[in-house]
Amino acid sequence: MDILVSGLLLAGTYALMALGLNLQYGVARIMNLANGEMLVLGALAAFWLYINAQVSPLLTVVMVGPIAFIGNWLIYRFLLVPLVKRSKNQGQLEVDSILATFGMSFFIVGIMVSIEGGFFAYKYLSETISILGSTSSLNRLAAFLLAVVIGGSLYLWLNRTRTGVAVRAVSVSTEAAGLVGIDVPKMSALAFALGGAVTSMGGSLISTFYTLDASVGVIFTMKALIIVIMGGVGDVRGTIVAAIILGIVETAVATLVDPGLTLASAYFIFLLILLFRPQGLFGRRTA
Amino acid sequence: MKRRTNLKLAAAAALALALPQVALAEDTLKLGIVAHKTGPLAGGEKVTQTPNVQLWIHEVNERGGLNVGGTQMKVELVEYDDKTNPGEHIKAANRLINQDNVHFIVAPYGTGFNIAAAPIYGKSGYPMVAVSAITDKVDELAERFPNLFFTLGTTTAFVEAVRDILVEQRDAGNIGNKVAMVNVADAFGIELADVARQAFTDAGFELVYDKSYPLGTPDLSPVMKGAKASAADAFIAWSYPPDSFGLAEQAIIEDLDVSIYYSAVATSFPAFFGAYGSKIDNVLGAGGTNVDDPKIAAYRQAHEEVTGATPDFWASANTYAALEVLGQAIEGAGTLDRNTVTQYIKDNSFDTIMGTLDFENNFSEKFWTVGQWQDGVFRGVKGVNVDGAVDVRLKDGWK
Repeated sequence: MDILVSGLLLAGTYALMALGLNLQYGVARIMNLANGEMLVLGALAAFWLYINAQVSPLLTVVMVGPIAFIGNWLIYRFLLVPLVKRSKNQGQLEVDSILATFGMSFFIVGIMVSIEGGFFAYKYLSETISILGSTSSLNRLAAFLLAVVIGGSLYLWLNRTRTGVAVRAVSVSTEAAGLVGIDVPKMSALAFALGGAVTSMGGSLISTFYTLDASVGVIFTMKALIIVIMGGVGDVRGTIVAAIILGIVETAVATLVDPGLTLASAYFIFLLILLFRPQGLFGRRTA
Repeated sequence: MKRRTNLKLAAAAALALALPQVALAEDTLKLGIVAHKTGPLAGGEKVTQTPNVQLWIHEVNERGGLNVGGTQMKVELVEYDDKTNPGEHIKAANRLINQDNVHFIVAPYGTGFNIAAAPIYGKSGYPMVAVSAITDKVDELAERFPNLFFTLGTTTAFVEAVRDILVEQRDAGNIGNKVAMVNVADAFGIELADVARQAFTDAGFELVYDKSYPLGTPDLSPVMKGAKASAADAFIAWSYPPDSFGLAEQAIIEDLDVSIYYSAVATSFPAFFGAYGSKIDNVLGAGGTNVDDPKIAAYRQAHEEVTGATPDFWASANTYAALEVLGQAIEGAGTLDRNTVTQYIKDNSFDTIMGTLDFENNFSEKFWTVGQWQDGVFRGVKGVNVDGAVDVRLKDGWK
């Protein structure tokens, strides 16, 4: 039971890290290596506002969403659209966007170091709670609930609304989507901005139980990347399922075998999936 | 169009090259540092190293600079970021030596970085008074790198101090025989855990939980749940900054019932208390200081006034003291000749905020090993040749 509860809570955190990247990579086709930095930026906002103005991180989460949305939209519009326009095929866009966002990640780290070079150390909602006999803390539960809300609404939005269908169409094929009259650049910008917003909001919440610093973004980028690839690029369900698998397996290995093997187990599963289902759990085979 | 861009570039480059020369008059002493401004060690550097370099330079320049053989020289800092990357570090160190021609350098933050940089600086004779470098191989290293000095202690000293506390508390009947030990799975954590495993077992303790976890583990709750289930009397963690915080967090959540709780690096950071407040009262950690010592108290006050930051309760004071050693050696030798200054450090003793420091085989044996949060202050409880150690208190809940 302990494993299940802790594993699911960890999965919620993982889903928060990866959902945004999935939108950005799956729909806008931008392999955003600054994903982790965007998350840490959200964390920095929560920390800074809490320390300097006693703003509740939960309120920051709400504020960070729209700001990150606009910020990421601007990034896409002015920094990434030129790359999209000049790239002749998917491969070239991937290489270009990796380089561009890699550079961007250093830029964001630099800005964050100039604001706070030390640890973002604060605690919020770290009260102990008991879920089905297993102890955990309120802030992890909050992160889990937010992950459920974001994941659920993304899923509904993508499947039940007209815009959602358009976004999914772009995710399947930019050419075909354009042919049936979908505004591909607009949908891509929307997906990228939304992805950034989700990631930053996740970061704000995650900062209540992780002690982060300006430079840890790359760790989150790696984890998110693994989850997105595992789940299948462009599929929200896949990301959530992959996050749950990783969360539960890591917790189980740490509890039953040895905490030293958590990383190894995560990469082992990743390898298995790459070997037997290279397109990811819910991914489509490219024709 | 293209030519104009080139011209602009050339002008910018010329300006960039010219600027430092304008700023550097004859009577400035250039002090170089390769810092971890970003990357995994940036958080530690920012707390322990950066503000002390700033403070020391401020204090020296405030009193008119260093007196080098009759010339008053103001100190100017030349600084590079290495992103906590050893390769970048070496490149930047070479740049300091060959392009900036700095007179002296500040030893880097982190054991590995000191050892990596020692041959580079050694080739040009730069003395390195290292602080944040703890190893059992001091003798071997000092032989290979005669320019490298150690001031913060050895792995064994740190482990033995923890063992002594455990033994004392067991003899006093306060704790039993069971110890839970965890370590971060990198060179630092593994070395300490290996030494500790032997030392604790030899002292008759039973390691009821002994696990490692990877650096940057996102969820330490399985580790803490395991430690709790082992029903240990004492919890010892050879941990690094992010996980020292994470372990304390989980210990609070799980309400870990131990009388002795120790986590290694970053426990002495003011941010640690800032995050958990009174809940971490009586938590033990690596380091310590004697805040009642008037010299240390004055230093702490100056640190806050000049840098706006609270110094940590461990290596901050040592870092400042190491800079004092370097400054006094330069003044004492009365020259910028680095070999003479290195020899001066070996041959003399220095009056610092940590008291009198002298080096035997490049090792200064005066340092704190274990401290404890007691009512909001992290006080030294164990040390080597230091005064003012207070009694260890038992951990009693996480309120």
